[in-house]
Parts: sequence; structure tokens; C-alpha cells
Amino acid sequence: MSKKEVTDARTDANKAEVSYVARVEGQAGINVEVTGAGEASAQFKVFEPMRFFEAFLVGRRYHEVHELASRICGICPIAHQMTALRAVENAFKVEVTAQTRALRRLLSLSAWIQSHTLSLYFLTAPDYLGFGGAFEIAKDNIDVVRQALRLKKLGNDIGELIGGRAVHPISAIVGGFTKEPTKEGLAEIRLRLKKEKEAIWDAVELFRRFDYPSVDRETELVAISSDEEYAVNEGKLTSSSGLNVREGEYRTHVEEKEVNYSNTKKSFIDGKEFLSGPIARVSLNYGKLTSDAKKASDQLGFSPPSFDPFMNIKARVIEIVYALDEAVRIIDNLRLGFSEQPIKAETGTPCEGAALTEAPRGLLYHWYKFDSSGTVQKADIVTPTAHNSASIESSLCSLAPKLLKQGQDLTLGCEKLIRAYDPCISCSVHVTRI
Amino acid sequence: MPTEKKLRVAVYKFTGCAGCQMEFLRLEDELLDIVKKIEFVYFKMAQNRDELERYDLCFVEGSVSTPRELEEIKLIRAQTKTLIAFGDCAITGCVPSIRNWLSQSEVERAVYRDTSPIRSFKVGGIGEYVPVDISLSGCPPHKDMIFATIRSSLLGIRPDLRKHAVCMECKLRENVCILTSLSKLCMGPVTRGGCGAICPTYGRECEGCYGPMSDANPSPLASEFRRLGSSTDDLVRKFRKYAGTSKEFREVSGL
Repeated sequence: MSKKEVTDARTDANKAEVSYVARVEGQAGINVEVTGAGEASAQFKVFEPMRFFEAFLVGRRYHEVHELASRICGICPIAHQMTALRAVENAFKVEVTAQTRALRRLLSLSAWIQSHTLSLYFLTAPDYLGFGGAFEIAKDNIDVVRQALRLKKLGNDIGELIGGRAVHPISAIVGGFTKEPTKEGLAEIRLRLKKEKEAIWDAVELFRRFDYPSVDRETELVAISSDEEYAVNEGKLTSSSGLNVREGEYRTHVEEKEVNYSNTKKSFIDGKEFLSGPIARVSLNYGKLTSDAKKASDQLGFSPPSFDPFMNIKARVIEIVYALDEAVRIIDNLRLGFSEQPIKAETGTPCEGAALTEAPRGLLYHWYKFDSSGTVQKADIVTPTAHNSASIESSLCSLAPKLLKQGQDLTLGCEKLIRAYDPCISCSVHVTRI
Repeated sequence: MPTEKKLRVAVYKFTGCAGCQMEFLRLEDELLDIVKKIEFVYFKMAQNRDELERYDLCFVEGSVSTPRELEEIKLIRAQTKTLIAFGDCAITGCVPSIRNWLSQSEVERAVYRDTSPIRSFKVGGIGEYVPVDISLSGCPPHKDMIFATIRSSLLGIRPDLRKHAVCMECKLRENVCILTSLSKLCMGPVTRGGCGAICPTYGRECEGCYGPMSDANPSPLASEFRRLGSSTDDLVRKFRKYAGTSKEFREVSGL
């Protein structure tokens, strides 16, 4: 990129153009123009280079799919691994044990804690505290930064204990885990979860008092939901307008369209754009939250259902509270020490399988088709940011005229909106099948 | 002591997953001390500050796969004293380099209907285009290696990075050998250490995510894999994963 392009963030009276948005994961720009009375056009332009995962996954074996898919994203490798593993297991009809499901849920919650903390403190908070970056916050708000680092480390350490390492874990494989976590390790984590839970109300207060812009428009909220629990790794595809179908039916409801100005495709559910992510989960699955997570929701003034993408920020705080509670519950219910062996997948017949999970940023879909030797024939992966990209543009269109009317900085306001979605751009250009 | 000037550090992301930057931010215990000695003058994922000149230390994550990146890596090199290939993608192209064995047009058609806007070419490490001073291997490189690199820069010495095989670290952890005792296809003997032999410690074979150790000799290991029942296709897949494009693995990966 030329130097000019990189630094060129400017605001004309009615235009916002940012060629490379800072403090998001990956490479994207925005282009917003207010065209007339309350009207605006917006483009969310992803220039992140493509990596063509779905092309080179073809020809690889079923047991390495999750290991390779993990490399789609360094922020949410756990989400990609869990989704790929479940898609492969669905294809080969492998039923994993209750312990494997519990450990995977714990692993995914660790990723939520880690990723939400990064998003809230490093990417979002600087906007509302008036700084350009996370390291600057430390000068006047050392306790805030310390709490952030502790939470992030806790998430990472859980990932390391269960998965072997936090970024691209190694112990989760098709059918189970290669090793179960140590009791000592879990006891230490449990103590820290309890300690962070006590301190979390400072975070609730911090993110309550910020003054967020708002986007006032109703949209479709989409998340997976389960009768048993707050859905993380398993559930039905549900929406605020009443959709309720199995994950295998995803492709009959969700379709993608290419756009010529961006490397990310746009997704539509039954023809409509939609919003996925923490806000959709808290809104649709509110009843499954713990009482303290609901208390945090009350204190934050979050009233479900919410359609305002800025409320994603509060929903992240609520989900951290939930994850801290739920992780303790899972640890308390684990019955370790039986050295469970991973369930083996039987190849021999062609098969295909799909899985939907909730990555920290929202709905994640993987689908694979295998030949009789267990080799990938076709792959289809749709990430949270691809799911949200149409919604991002519509929200920009709705926000921009309002910012102008209120005499606010158009560029900063639009950037704040992008960060509220917490797009994961590496993920979004992995990239999707036709 | 004279007033110290802070080291000017940049972190760039090219074609990659951001996992190496994530590992950087995993220095939770050290970050607040580190920023007393260095300043991040370009770190897009963490801050707005965009200084494009005079880097003492520049970490480049990801591979080169577009014309834009090819130009940018040259600009960066010209502004940087110590250029670091940060992680396997920046060294060999890592997992996305699997596509280097496929025709680019096929790859594009498999993913997009309209391939005309695509400007990607085969992925390669930054060292293919500009001289690199330090390579931090791993997918991702362990945070200790990142810390060691910063520390040595502050001291003005070269970092002491591990060149030995994973086996060395595996022995130090007193693991039973996965290859000789359990007949699993472990890449440990040809893979660079630095991870602490986590995979064998977690009861599974090493997949080679730190790339080749120095002077790796993959052919005898490939013969051993064959003896254990590995087909040619499986062998190729094994070596064509994290570092198939490396000079060490080429004889087996088939470049």
C-alpha cells in the first residue's frame, strides 16, 4: 500500500473515508457518504488478502481439517476448531462423550473471555476514554489495564490448560481430546475465575458509564439456541422473527452474494440481512444466562431484545460475567481420571456434515464433504464477519446522517460502529465457496 | 545513566491470521514493563498511531501474496534496522502455502464466481523478496521467543533462538517417544524446537508447526513413516503443511 493510502483518514463535511481502520482485527476500510436528507451510502471494504482455505482443504484428510481450519483466524482459532471438529463428527456420525462436550464448552468459553476482553479494552475502550490505543490508557488508568490483562491471561491460560496452547490449540481432535487437564491445573483456574468474578463489577461499571452512539433500526437477530444451556457449540439456528431449524438446514436459509469492492461476501437469511454476535445471543437466549449475568445486564441498562449494534459492547460484558460463572460450573461437574480415549471415525463411505457454533463474534458455519477414504472433496465456511457484513453497511447508512445532524465527527463515529461489531477480517476472507 | 531513547517498534500484518500478533499480546505479564523500554509506532490492531518511518524493530506477520504487499515489504525494509519474519507465514507461507501446489486459477474459481478483481499470487515468505534479519518460527511463535527478541534488541545483541529439534525439548520433559514407542508419525525429529514439545507432552505426534530445524534431514524420517505404513500421499500431506516450501522439506513435499 502507498504511504498516502495508509494515513489517509479524512472527513469532508458529509463524507467519511478510512482506508485502513485501526483497532480491528485485519485489514478493512470504510467509505461513507451522506447523500441527502437523512440518506447515506456506505461500503465496508475488506482488502485483507485472500487465503483460499476452501480450495486447499480439498485433498486433505478428515483428521487434519480442524488443525488447518484453525489457521483461518488467530483470534478465534478455538471457534474454528470446535466447528470443524463437529462438522467432521457429524459427517462420520461420531458421538463424543459428555466429558468431551464439557471440555470443548470450557475451551470455547475461554475464547469468549479472551476475545471479548481484547475487544472491550484494547479495541473499544480507547474510543470512549479518549485515547488512540490501549497502551496509552495505561498512563491514567493502570487498574483498568491490569484488569484487562488479568482477564485476557485467564482466558488464555484456560485455553492452554485444556488445549495445550491458547493460539492454535493442539489437544482437541476428532472424537475427543488427546489428554485431559490436570486436577491441579483446574483448581488453580477455578480460584482465578472466582477472583475475577468478584472484580468484574468494575468492568460492568466502566462500560455502563460510557456514552455510546446509537443506531435506531430494527433488524433480524440470529443466533444458535438450545433448550439445555446458553448455546455456545451446539444448538438450532434461530432468529428474532421465529426461525428455528437444525444446523444441517443452514444452507436452505442462508445465501451469500459477492460484491466487487470487497473481499468479503455478504450473507442473507431468507433474503434479509441480519445481525449475529453477542447482542443476538444475549437477546435471544437471555433466559439461559446466570442470575449474575442478568444482574450485569440490568446494571448496564441492556434490555433484550436489542437491535442496536453498539449494544454489542454491553453484551460482551454480560457474556464475560456468564462465562466466568459457567466455567466454574463446568469445572465443578467434571469427573476426570478415567483416561477417556477419543472416539474413532470410520471411513469407508462418502459423507458430508455441517456444524454451526457461536464464535466470540457470532455465528460460524463449517460444512465438509468427504469421499470414502475420508478425504475432503468440498468445503464451505462462513464466518461471523461475513454474516454481519450487510448489517455493518446498513448500520453505517443509518448512523451517518444522524452523526452529521448532531454535529459529531463522522469518521470517528463510523469507526466506533465498526469496532462495536468487532469484525474479524482475517476470518472473513478465508474465503467462502460459491 | 543517560536518558534512554525508546526502541521504535512496528508490528505489521500481511497475508495471515493475526495469531502471531495475538501471541505478542499474550505477553500479559510483561507488556506494561515492555512499553517502558519500547514504543509501538505502528501496530494497527492495537492503536491508531501510524508512523511509517525509522523502525528499530519491525515484526512482520504473514506472507507476501499480493502486489501491494510486495511493494510494502520493500518500503518497510528500507525503514527498518532489524526486520523480523514473525511466524511461519512470514518465513515459508505456512498452511496457506498448501495452495502453491494448485493452479492459481483453479484456486480462485473454487472460491469466487467473478475472479477478475483477485490480485493474489502464490504465497511466499518475506525473505523471498527482501533480506530478513531474524526469523521467529512457529505457528504461532512462542511468546518467550518474542520477549527474547525484544530483550536482545535492547541489549544490542542477537537473540539466542533455538535451532535444535523438538526431540531435545521432548527428552527434557521426559516424555515417552511417540515415534519409536507408539509408532505415531511424529515430525519432532526434523522440526525446530521452541514450543516446549507440547504435542508429545499432550500425548500426540508433532505436526511440525515450527518448521524445519537447522540442517533438518527429512528423507530418513520419511522412510521411517513409510515403514510404519504411510502412503506417498500421506507423506506429502505431512511435509506439505507448515513448511512445504522450505528448502529443507522440498525433497519430500515435492516442490
